[in-house]
Amino acid sequence: MRVSFRVNGDPVAVDVEPRLHLADCLRDMLSLTGTHLGCEHGACGACTVIVDGAAVRACLMLTVQTEGASVVTVEGLSSDKALSPLQTAFRKHHALQCGFCTPGMLTTAHALLTEEPDADADRIRSALSGNLCRCTGYIPIVEAVLEARAAYRKANRP
Amino acid sequence: MKPAPFDYQAPDTLREAIDLLASNPEAFVIAGGQSLMPVLAFRLATPSLLVDLRRLPGLGNIAVGDDGLSLGALVRWRDIEDDQRLVAVHPLLHAAVAHIAHYQIRNRGTVGGSLAHADPAAELPGVAVTCEGEITLFGPVGSRTVRASDFFTGPLSTLRQPDEIITELHLPKWPSSRRWAFRKYARRDGDFALAGILLFYDEDRQGALSNAHIGVIGACPRPHRLTAVETLLNGHIIDDGLIRQAAATAAEEVDPPDDLHGDAAYRRGLVATLIARGLRAAAQNGGA
Repeated sequence: MRVSFRVNGDPVAVDVEPRLHLADCLRDMLSLTGTHLGCEHGACGACTVIVDGAAVRACLMLTVQTEGASVVTVEGLSSDKALSPLQTAFRKHHALQCGFCTPGMLTTAHALLTEEPDADADRIRSALSGNLCRCTGYIPIVEAVLEARAAYRKANRP
Repeated sequence: MKPAPFDYQAPDTLREAIDLLASNPEAFVIAGGQSLMPVLAFRLATPSLLVDLRRLPGLGNIAVGDDGLSLGALVRWRDIEDDQRLVAVHPLLHAAVAHIAHYQIRNRGTVGGSLAHADPAAELPGVAVTCEGEITLFGPVGSRTVRASDFFTGPLSTLRQPDEIITELHLPKWPSSRRWAFRKYARRDGDFALAGILLFYDEDRQGALSNAHIGVIGACPRPHRLTAVETLLNGHIIDDGLIRQAAATAAEEVDPPDDLHGDAAYRRGLVATLIARGLRAAAQNGGA
């Protein structure tokens, strides 16, 4: 089936089998391998992308369901080859070790802070509770997201 | 972890969707897909066709009326969380929805999908049964409305026919003075409940309980009310003794599964503890 949508601002059109989930489409057809696949049944959160402003699991969404949608992947979070404030905070706080879960952490936190730049630690923990990390113990991740809030507050100011 | 091949259609009208289901006996309905996609990934189901409801008009409404609250089948959890009217209109629903799965799943999962999937540990079926909700289905011969207490027939089993689509859940009006509680226990945030309880009651002028509704999820083959506990509570003034009795009665009345996540005795104990905590919170705070 022919499906047209936007990825990181650019229009794309792909020919896919209906069963192809969005994460496989992004990785295998669009070469956007920043989106990682851990469990492929909605348990680990590694494949989180942002569809029409909402963080979703790309393994639980069919590509054909994204017709007309706007998708943002981890590749779309930064521009000009510079880290975004959220990514900078992750580096500063050592919020990643092996990095496998990081794209999902970043997309989830980005979607959260875009809507809720004042999210407190409890809210951040709750939003990230669907993203598994086996290295860091989560504390540095929460600290990084807390620090990044300032940049989102600034961005939201009219 | 790849689904078996299937065809896909996203019709523009409910009638077209029903026609597709009626002419393809192995077709499945998909909405948010948050329960169905894992089922497909594990190949627990291999439908010939997926009928996607995403283009159907009018199924995404949250309507507050004199007779209660109506939720369209395509209302997402996140729509309920974001609708601040519902904090007063239906606090038990609003509180329960916050416990459903994770942030990303609440952005896609739908009312109709949860009702149709009918996991015994799921929150919304518990709310629907505890609150005497009614579920409307649309099929080849028109629409019908079924009591939620009849709709769920067992684990992942409902009265829905394969060529029917759930269109709406209606919950009766909620008085503002009502006392209520939602309590769930899972090992990790966002997991399905090993046991969960939903309860509400009203009070007469003397402070005695009336209209007690006590529901259970997780520790049961389908969500249901604990009528022996309700009978015990009605007409009495709540105190520590009554709460203890209610907890013990609840533990006897449930019929929990025995599986690798928790044995039946453990789940009975959980139900008793959650009932006691829920009743105490409702008595002290009104709702929690």
